[in-house]
Amino acid sequence: MTSDLVLEGISKQFAGHRAVDNLDLTVPAGSFFALLGPSGCGKTTTLRMIAGLEEPTTGTIRLGDDEITGLRPYKRPVNTVFQNYALFPHLDIFENVAFGLKRRKVKDYKPKVEEMLDLVELNDYGKRRPGQLSGGQQQRVALARALINRPQVLLLDEPLGALDLKLRRQMQLELKRIQTEVGITFVHVTHDQEEAMTMADTIAVMNGGLIEQLGSPAELYDLPATTFVANFLGQSNLIRGAIIGQADENLIVDVQGRKVLVPKARCRVTEGEVWLGIRPEKVFLAPAGTEEGDGVNQLLGAVVTDVSYVGVSTQYLAKLPWGQELTVFEQNTGARDTFRAGDAVDLHWRPAHSFLLDAAQDALAGVEDVE
Amino acid sequence: MSAVGQLSAASQTPAPPPPRSGRRLTAYLLLLPGGLWLLLFFVVPLVSLLAASLYDPNGSIEDGFSMTWSFGNFADTMADYARPFGRSLWYALLTTAFCLLLGYPLAYAIAMKAGRWKNLMLALVIAPFFTSFLIRTLSWKLLLSDNGFVVDALKWLHILGPDGRLLATTAAVVTGLTYNFLPFMVLPLYASLEKIDRRLIEAGGDLFAGPLTTFRVVTLPLSMPGVVAGTLLTFIPAAGDYINAQLLGTPKQRMIGNDIQRLFSAGAYPTAAALSVTLMAAIVVLVLIYVRRAGTDDLV
Repeated sequence: MTSDLVLEGISKQFAGHRAVDNLDLTVPAGSFFALLGPSGCGKTTTLRMIAGLEEPTTGTIRLGDDEITGLRPYKRPVNTVFQNYALFPHLDIFENVAFGLKRRKVKDYKPKVEEMLDLVELNDYGKRRPGQLSGGQQQRVALARALINRPQVLLLDEPLGALDLKLRRQMQLELKRIQTEVGITFVHVTHDQEEAMTMADTIAVMNGGLIEQLGSPAELYDLPATTFVANFLGQSNLIRGAIIGQADENLIVDVQGRKVLVPKARCRVTEGEVWLGIRPEKVFLAPAGTEEGDGVNQLLGAVVTDVSYVGVSTQYLAKLPWGQELTVFEQNTGARDTFRAGDAVDLHWRPAHSFLLDAAQDALAGVEDVE
Repeated sequence: MSAVGQLSAASQTPAPPPPRSGRRLTAYLLLLPGGLWLLLFFVVPLVSLLAASLYDPNGSIEDGFSMTWSFGNFADTMADYARPFGRSLWYALLTTAFCLLLGYPLAYAIAMKAGRWKNLMLALVIAPFFTSFLIRTLSWKLLLSDNGFVVDALKWLHILGPDGRLLATTAAVVTGLTYNFLPFMVLPLYASLEKIDRRLIEAGGDLFAGPLTTFRVVTLPLSMPGVVAGTLLTFIPAAGDYINAQLLGTPKQRMIGNDIQRLFSAGAYPTAAALSVTLMAAIVVLVLIYVRRAGTDDLV
C-alpha cells in the first residue's frame, strides 16, 4: 500500500542562494527517516518540496510509480506536522483532527477522530481549543491531525523543537511507538542529532544543500564519511597524519613520527595527508610507560590538562606533545584508573575504532557553536 | 503521557496579589482626565438630547420649551419620518455590503500579496483623509454631473440611456457613501488578515483543502473580527450620514440625518431630538443582535 518516496536531482534556487543542490534520495516505505543538519542546510526546504509547499527548481519527486512533483499540496497523499503545530485556533481539537477527513468528504468520520484522539491520549480534550492546551498536548494534536488521513508519507518539521527537554525525550519515544504502530513512512526534519539518532532508522545528514552521508545512526556514528558528519553527530578527535604504506588489511599512518594502523575498509583515502578520527569514548588513557600489546595504536607522552566528572563518565582533555588536545571519555565503571590534571599518560585505541578522512576537509566543519 | 496532564493542571497561574491602595489611586487618577472629558462632552449632551426628545413639541425657540414628558413624540415622529428612517438603514446596509465586497479583496491583497508594496498601498487607502470629507463628496458631485465624462462614457457604452443621469439618484448616494466609508472597512480587515499565521493557510492546503476551501474554512473565519469591526465602522456612521444624500441626491433620497439636521435648524428641537434618540436606539439594538449572531467573542 505504501511506496518508496524518491527524490531525483532535486534543486531549489532562491533569490541569491541555492537551498538544495541536486539532491538524490530514496526513503524506503515504512521507514522512520531523518533529515539532519544545522539551520540553513536545506532540510526544511526539502521537506516543503515533498509537501508541495515549495516547488523544486529542477528534479522530480515520486511516490512509488506516481510522480507528484507538480501536484498541489492538497492533491498529495502526504501530510505535515508543522513546526509550532499550526493548529487552527478557531476550531476545537475534535474539529482540528477531523479537518482532513471532512475535506475529503469521508462519511462517518467521528469514530475515526475518537480513535485517533485515543492513540495520542487526548480523548477528553475534543471540545477544547488549541490555545487551552499545553505545548506537548498541542504537539500530539498536530500529530493526530496529520496521521488520521493515513498519508503515504508523514512529514515532521522540527516537531519537538518547541518542547522542553524532558517532554522532548518522552515525545521521542512516543513518536517512535506511534510510527511502529501505524507503519507509515515518517520523514523527520531536525537539527538535533540526538533526536534523529533516537528515532530514525535512517539518517541523511545535510549540509549546504547537499547530503553529506546517509545511513543508520550506528553506521553514521561508527564510520563518518566527512569531517562534518564526524563532528555533527557526536564528537570526534581528528588528528593530522600521512599514509606511508600498508600492511595486510591495514594502512599505516604516520602521526608525528609514530606509526598507527587503520583498517582499509575504514579509510576514505588511500594516500597522502589524512585526518585520523577516533571517538572520545574509544580512546583509553594509561599511565605513561604502560606496555600495550600488538595491534593497539598508541600515542605517547600526553599530559592530562582537564578533568570533568559527569557522573556516568569522566571527560578528560589530554594534551599531546605537539600541542593538540584530545577528548577522552572514560566510563566510571570503577575498574579503571582515574587521572588528575597534570598526570603523564599514554593514549591507546583499537585500529578498528578509528577512521581516515581526506585532509582537504575542514577539521572544524559541523562543530556545534556553543550556545 | 499522563504526566503531561498533571503538568498543565499544576501550571495554572495563581491569582495576582491585590493591588495596594496607592496603585489603585494611580489608576483612578489616570482615568480622571478622560472621564471628565466624556462626562462633559458625551454624558451631558446625551442627557440633554434625551431630555429634549421629551419636551413639549408645541414649544419654539422664541417661547422656550417646557418639559412635559411627551413620550408621544416618538410615535409621532416615527409616523412622519418612517420612510427616510427606513431608507437610512437600507442605504447604510447597501453601503456596508458594497464596502465589504470592495474592501475584502483589497485588504486581502494588501495583507497577503502586496509584499514590499504593502506600506505604500496602506498609505493610499488612508490618503483620502488628507482632504476634507466635504470636499471629496463635492468632487463626486462633479464627477457624476450630467455633463461629466463618467456619464458621457456610460452613455457611449449604452449602459445609461440617452437621458440617463447619475447625479441625484440612489446610486449616486450609495456610491458616495461607499467611497467615503471604504477605508473604515479596509483597515480593520487588513489588521485581522495581516495577523493570520501563514502556516495555517499552508496547513489547510496540506490537509486536502483547495485554495477556495482553505479560504472558506480557515482564512475567512479567522478574519471575522475584522469583518465585524469593519461592518460596524461602516454601517453606524453611514446610517447617520446626511452629507452624501444632500450633495449627491434629491429629497427623494433624503436620509434621516437630513431630516434631523433640517429640524434642528428649524428649531423643532423635540422632534429632531426624538428622531436622533430613535436612530441611536435602533443602531444599538441592531449592533447588539449582529455582534451576538456573529459569535466572535472567542476570537477577539
